[in-house]
Amino acid sequence: MRSSAGRLSLWLLLTPFLLWIVLLVLLPHLQMLRVSFQVRESWDTLDWGLQQYQNFFSESYYWRTFVRTGVMSLFTTFLTLVIAFPIAWYIAKLARGRSKGLLFLACLIPFWASELVRTYGWMILLRESGVFSTWLQALGWADGPVEMLYNDVAVIIGLVYNGLLFMVVPLVTTLEGMDENLVEAGYDLGGGHFTVLREIVVPWAMPGIVSGCIVVFMLTLGSYLTPILMGGKDSAWFTQQIFTQFITRFNWEQGAALGVLLLVLSSFIVWIGLRVTGQSLRKVMG
Amino acid sequence: MTLRTTRKSALLGATFLAAATFSGSLFAEELRLITWGGYAPDEVVAQFEKETGIDVKITLSNNEDMISKLRATGGAGFDLAQPSQDRIVGVQRQFNIYKPIDYSRINTDQLQSSMVKATQDATKLGNDYYGVPSVWGTSGLIVHSSVADTVKDYTDLCDPSVAGDVSYRLKRPTLIGFAFAMGMDPFAAYNDRDQYQSIMKKVEDKLIDCKANVKTYWTGGDQLLALLRTGEVKAAMAWDAGGWKLNAENPDIRFVAPESGALGWIDTFAIPRRSENEEAAYKWINFVMQPEIAAKITNASGNFTASKGADEYVKSDLRDAYRASFTDQAINNIKWYPPVPPGLETMEGQVLDRVQAAN
Repeated sequence: MRSSAGRLSLWLLLTPFLLWIVLLVLLPHLQMLRVSFQVRESWDTLDWGLQQYQNFFSESYYWRTFVRTGVMSLFTTFLTLVIAFPIAWYIAKLARGRSKGLLFLACLIPFWASELVRTYGWMILLRESGVFSTWLQALGWADGPVEMLYNDVAVIIGLVYNGLLFMVVPLVTTLEGMDENLVEAGYDLGGGHFTVLREIVVPWAMPGIVSGCIVVFMLTLGSYLTPILMGGKDSAWFTQQIFTQFITRFNWEQGAALGVLLLVLSSFIVWIGLRVTGQSLRKVMG
Repeated sequence: MTLRTTRKSALLGATFLAAATFSGSLFAEELRLITWGGYAPDEVVAQFEKETGIDVKITLSNNEDMISKLRATGGAGFDLAQPSQDRIVGVQRQFNIYKPIDYSRINTDQLQSSMVKATQDATKLGNDYYGVPSVWGTSGLIVHSSVADTVKDYTDLCDPSVAGDVSYRLKRPTLIGFAFAMGMDPFAAYNDRDQYQSIMKKVEDKLIDCKANVKTYWTGGDQLLALLRTGEVKAAMAWDAGGWKLNAENPDIRFVAPESGALGWIDTFAIPRRSENEEAAYKWINFVMQPEIAAKITNASGNFTASKGADEYVKSDLRDAYRASFTDQAINNIKWYPPVPPGLETMEGQVLDRVQAAN
């Protein structure tokens, strides 16, 4: 009686989660997998085959865009880590009391606005008739308007900004748990700044670093607005190609295949990352 | 009869009643319209609601999005849609998302007969017509007066003297426009895949060469207007209405019909296959095509309608801008989009992808 009530409440508690996973994650992905193997022969006949996957490898622009997206995402993740680490260190170890909360809030506030608004913010700053360009001219450092938007650097700036919070939070959490005596002991034993960082701080923060990197990498790889709005003419991004296939070309079959490939290849990159850093997903996420 | 069955049937009756009134209210009072920005101005909607008591729910969209949405539901979710005339037949054959138009329920007297004819021809499948003309317009060039002498046709956007000051979309109108400007006729090749492929190949090479000239490929109307307004872009391939809007703010910026001809489209009314309120859809069509109402749509969207005699009620500055852009000769030179045959869009898609990915 008692145990069956317990089981019932467990199931009731699990239901929303299961519904969410099955209806919104599992089913659509299975459907997409199915669609990706369809080949449209003419108006109303379908066949099964690997055509869409062959397209990915035979049309160079698909995989070139994918490689480009992957490499730029990795670089963005690395840059985010480099920028976020000192911030996280300051918040976790140096800031005290109120200022700690304030700093954390300062990291959080930009995320109260949507990605679109943040991206437009950057566009106002970087565009030819924008804030930075005007300042440079007013200071006499530039003769004419300077275009800083519509290139890869602009895209990376936008992406790093979007990912920052998701790197800072796990880093702060892991760094907070670190005993400061360890660092002191490191110095006492004759270690320099770099040795202490390499031998003590980084290994301790590793789970935070890896989980932050995974989140930022996935977010960056899957972002759509920032590369499109800030990237301009050369900014091919893989999600953009998926969107175009689904929405502009009505080619759901190709779009689904690209979507499946994105999922598989990005999971693969994360797996490689975990192997190289010697972490396991359970350790990182737990 | 026992008490239990009576209670049960009473309950059933009540449920039916509730269901009937609920669905009844949905049927009688709502028109779910998926359309373009500016095609259903608040003023017009309010007047329609007042006269008919039908509640209008509007979803703003564009051709691709409209088709995707209707395709996902098999033609449900909306009672009336407004796709362009060239995007109906192919989509209908492939996805079956529209139902035929009953022309006897349309007040064709208030429509320009040439446009009705053109739309019927373009949306005919079997013995049925799938579209009623609504709003028409063209795409051509928006140019700043400082470069107006250089940029007279689409291919002039690739002129070295305007390098970095140019923008266009990576969409099919750009491919078609460039093909015409390069002296080819893509519409004539619509039914000859190989010939079309060779035209597209030439356009692709041209667009890849031209890429260095482009500041950015614009993706949304507002983005383009901002680029032109700030002077960051001085010449762009764009819609006439956008050009006239900018012209009203800054007389130096004008819409010009390119020498090879502006590209003309007609946005239609089409009824989704699982429309739940056809009656209201026909009412809306007949309502908004009255000259006074249609003029309000022109004033709001900047595009002219298929309504007969609506020009009289249109804002005078808009009429003037229109006349400045289109001489009689330019109007006769408009290239109207024929229906897109199957497979072409996939071909065009690959061209566009290659241009996007090229360096």
